[in-house]
Amino acid sequence: MDTKVGIYLCSGCGIKDTIDLEELKSTIDDDLNFVELAEDEMVCGDFEEKIRADVKEKELNRVIIGACSGRYFADKFNFGPDVMVDRVPLRELVAWSHDRKDFDEVMEENDWDGDEHPIHELAADYMRMSSARVENSEPPTPIDEEISKDILVVGGGVSGMSAALASAKAGYKVNLVEKDSELGGMTRHFKMVFPTEPPFEKPAEPPVAQLAAEVNGNENIKVFTSSTVAKTAGQPGQFDVTVKNGSGEESFRVGAIVQATGWTPYEPEKLADKYGYGNFQNVVTSLELEKMVSNGGVKRASDGKAPSSVAIVHCAGSRDKEHLAYCSAVCCRTALKQALYIREQLPETDVYLLYKDLRSPGVYEQFYEAVQQVEGIYLTKGEVVDVKENGNEIEVSLDDTLLGESMTISSEMLVLATGMKPTTRLEGELSDLEIDGIPDADCEKEEDSKEFPNSGTLNLQYMQGPDLPKLKYGFTDSHFICFPYETKRTGIYAAGTVRAPMDIAAARTDGYGAALKAIQVMEQADKGLAVHPRVGDASSPDFFLQRCTQCKRCTQECPFGTLDEDEKGTPKPNPMRCRRCGICMGACPERIISFSNYSPNMVSQMIKAIEIPDEDEEKRRILCFVCENDAMPALDIAAMHRKKLPATVRIIPVRCIGSINTIWIADSFSNGFDGVMLIGCQRGDDYQCHFVRGSELAQTRMKNVKEKLEQLVLEPERVRIESVEISDWQLAAGMINDFAEEIEELDQNPYKGF
Amino acid sequence: MKTDLLVVGGGIAGITAAVEAAEVGKDVILIEREHYLGGRVVQLHRYFPKICPPTCGLEINFRRIRQNPKITVLTGAEATKIDGKPGAYTADVNVEPRYVTEACTNCGDCAEACEIEVDDNYNFGLTKAKAIRLANDNPYPNRYFIDSAAVNDPKMKALVDICPPKAIDLDMKAETVSIEAKSVIYTTGWEPYDASKLEGLNYGVLPNVVTNMMFERMTAIAVNNEAKVVRPSDGASVSKIAFVQCAGSRDRSHLPYCSAICCMASLKQTRYIRDQYPDAEIHVFFIDARTPGRWEDFYQNVQDDTKTIIHRGKVAKVDDAGDGNVTVIAENTLTGNLEKITVEMAVLATGMVPSAKTTKPLLDSKQDEFGFIWPGGVIAAGVATGPKDVAGSNQDATAAVARAMQDMVEV
Repeated sequence: MDTKVGIYLCSGCGIKDTIDLEELKSTIDDDLNFVELAEDEMVCGDFEEKIRADVKEKELNRVIIGACSGRYFADKFNFGPDVMVDRVPLRELVAWSHDRKDFDEVMEENDWDGDEHPIHELAADYMRMSSARVENSEPPTPIDEEISKDILVVGGGVSGMSAALASAKAGYKVNLVEKDSELGGMTRHFKMVFPTEPPFEKPAEPPVAQLAAEVNGNENIKVFTSSTVAKTAGQPGQFDVTVKNGSGEESFRVGAIVQATGWTPYEPEKLADKYGYGNFQNVVTSLELEKMVSNGGVKRASDGKAPSSVAIVHCAGSRDKEHLAYCSAVCCRTALKQALYIREQLPETDVYLLYKDLRSPGVYEQFYEAVQQVEGIYLTKGEVVDVKENGNEIEVSLDDTLLGESMTISSEMLVLATGMKPTTRLEGELSDLEIDGIPDADCEKEEDSKEFPNSGTLNLQYMQGPDLPKLKYGFTDSHFICFPYETKRTGIYAAGTVRAPMDIAAARTDGYGAALKAIQVMEQADKGLAVHPRVGDASSPDFFLQRCTQCKRCTQECPFGTLDEDEKGTPKPNPMRCRRCGICMGACPERIISFSNYSPNMVSQMIKAIEIPDEDEEKRRILCFVCENDAMPALDIAAMHRKKLPATVRIIPVRCIGSINTIWIADSFSNGFDGVMLIGCQRGDDYQCHFVRGSELAQTRMKNVKEKLEQLVLEPERVRIESVEISDWQLAAGMINDFAEEIEELDQNPYKGF
Repeated sequence: MKTDLLVVGGGIAGITAAVEAAEVGKDVILIEREHYLGGRVVQLHRYFPKICPPTCGLEINFRRIRQNPKITVLTGAEATKIDGKPGAYTADVNVEPRYVTEACTNCGDCAEACEIEVDDNYNFGLTKAKAIRLANDNPYPNRYFIDSAAVNDPKMKALVDICPPKAIDLDMKAETVSIEAKSVIYTTGWEPYDASKLEGLNYGVLPNVVTNMMFERMTAIAVNNEAKVVRPSDGASVSKIAFVQCAGSRDRSHLPYCSAICCMASLKQTRYIRDQYPDAEIHVFFIDARTPGRWEDFYQNVQDDTKTIIHRGKVAKVDDAGDGNVTVIAENTLTGNLEKITVEMAVLATGMVPSAKTTKPLLDSKQDEFGFIWPGGVIAAGVATGPKDVAGSNQDATAAVARAMQDMVEV
């Protein structure tokens, strides 16, 4: 389509004091394609109406606004989906970050009469780059596909039933799949649960029966019991699911999935050496005790008699590097609850609770206090060092007690408060010791193995493996504090104890939260738009497959497992899984992946649009690719504080530094740039990259870039990659200044002028 | 104004509820008492356990708000009346004047010229604030406001002409906005417990006894100025510091409950100190270290620091030790033994008091004796329903939207 561009320049907020706008307009007039060019002292004021009128009367389909950053007045400069708007932050990247006087002086000193002023060169380049951007892109068209708005919930425990009810009550149809013959999950085995109402002193009835009745009675929910998910293929809005049970298989389509497959107890057999489980008959787990209480009362396995004393060891196999390094968050309260059961059934029996730290958060402190008041319940703090059987009794030796000395507690029965393992955790392959320090254990396929490990919970037919990617310890939790439901598989959300250790009240809430996210992804898919973090983005990647070499980089590097492959290894896009980060575009050596409004060509044209001074002018040029999520706002904030930037630097915002194709770096050097810098989000264990691996991947690709530079006999230090936090605006501006200084020290790019 | 959902309280839970609902396609009005969004989290220097800046996630959320026409944000706004039932609520919202119109371009000329300073509650009185200011470096809305304490100062008039877009309006009046909503979510958050009530700990008496929230601001201000955290009394650097857990929490005389996050918050703050002072001696006094789930890793890592010493016991007293130093005295509840350590500065981990304790929800609600809102009445989320961290608040807020969806189902 022919472009009809309107260019609007603002002179306010100090822009005209720094930039000679008459000179800039004359350059635009000479160099750029437009049908309207206008200036105002406050483009954000009533002038907006003029732009709106121009769009209508002059049928503009591109609007370039040279004013403030796009983080201001975003709603104002929106002229509908067919008009592409580019905001050129002349205010932040030129006016506020450069002092014209500094350059005037330098120009005078060097008798630079006749040369273009560095500020003008800078502002003119930003306008040229914007023109190249809008001339080489099209407004995106949302995906238009038939979708299902039904939800699959896997797991019929408390969180799964809650997710099903939340969805059904909001008007969505649900298929609920439970592997057992009845609903309820692990909570079915509980006699009582933690207090649910003030004053939080007494255990409450489990919610299972009531939830199950509600689920079974809801016409929007179809329950599959004794069933598992045999196969899940497709994408948000179009997941094709096969459920199997003893009598056969059934397939259906859903729009989104909630995984609420819960937990299993940590294997007590592994605690034989440390706590005597299996070696001593009267050592049981808290789950076994729970069942005992409901079925005939607390009895010793050795003699069938009620014990006269019981000790409960907290953290049995938890907070323990040899077993589960994490805390299961509920065991302390379970022990408190079970101490009450025992006293109720056996009023003469002494109960000892042996804990490291008593963890009863929030109002459950009231529960802890109430239990402390009960006669015959004794709480002792200490670290268990030994468990022995001595005749009729089990002896537990403790160190580090509050008394500062060791002590031994003897009882007739020992209960081990063991922790939770998520059902997605796999034996061996994901043991805590092996993956310690590796937060992102997904996709770690063994080199020589063709198979990904599989928990069998979802059986995803994805190139990147059959499970939701997990964090350390096998939980499917989000790595993002701010976005707790985000997963790396779009449209599949985790809820309950498969996500993180939690109590029943939290699991109920979690089911509701995950259900909302499931509803949301379907509603967005229905409009053909992206979900978090580029919510509402209508662009999606286009693959020019005729030129694909089946190198697999895009399928492997996508953090969200978007791409599958056909038999030949050609990528098969699943656009509704896509988060529009462009990491695949950055990965592709053939540059066949592009978005209508963000492409290898568009950025290459932007680079080419920048004027490189002749070699004899001795002026350096540096190109800086900056992540729009954190680093770009950091530079905005730096500009607000009037932090200065070198006038030799040109900044191109990118969706993620993982989307940077190395061709852009090559283009930069062949166009004569003296240095190239990439600034992205924090990487590593505590990554802040909004697309998970983008920053990390960019770092990996840089190694190849540096090797290439050496082949071209260019110094590798001409390319630098940095990460910055959004709050570190001084650092963001500082690293650009430092890099520019170092580039001044180097000779000019010898390819300049070629 | 008509909307699907009214969210009361623009802290992290309220922001999350608003954007999550809007991204399902619902119209949302989010009201916030202050002139900026973000509640308590914008005051934090970093989040645990990633030690990452709150602005990172807030910027994404603010972008979600800026780009989504379905969300209307009213700041300086408090509900004065809410009536009705699920599916049909009406609310009156009082919107306090900001004295700066939407024409503000954030150029900063006004603040540059402004000589009037006022008390700075945002920084807990650690600094003075300009009468016209941005709440922080990355506020939403990204516009200045005038502190109502200074609006009548005659010197303010001079600023009106300084403002290039003429955005200052000293005659702006409070107005009442009437809202019709199908559902309401309360995310009214929390206040730090008043540490001056903690007799014996000498907060407010000894200048080098500060609270955990003050310590967040002290660190944020220092880092923003490319400086180190220093002692409030004399600006001296810190070589020995104590963190006092459960200051007023798990305590019948103050807050009987546990605020659930203070252990992790203090462990995080030990990292702030370690980053700036590699040799400082750090003492942490716990009753119990409460670091559930994967947070346990963070606790383990702190314990690996040989100069961070964990003590067991409830701190009973913080005494003046001269030269600005303070002596922290902890009691072993079992033996009655006292442990005394003299440090240059003590940080009290004070707990969370739900704002709903004093500002009761205007709709039927089930509240416990501490003011937390329980299921059964108004839909609530975040710390309004119990002490929780940022991820927990967001989880709760997302779930609350799923509950609110039921009020919006067309019958």
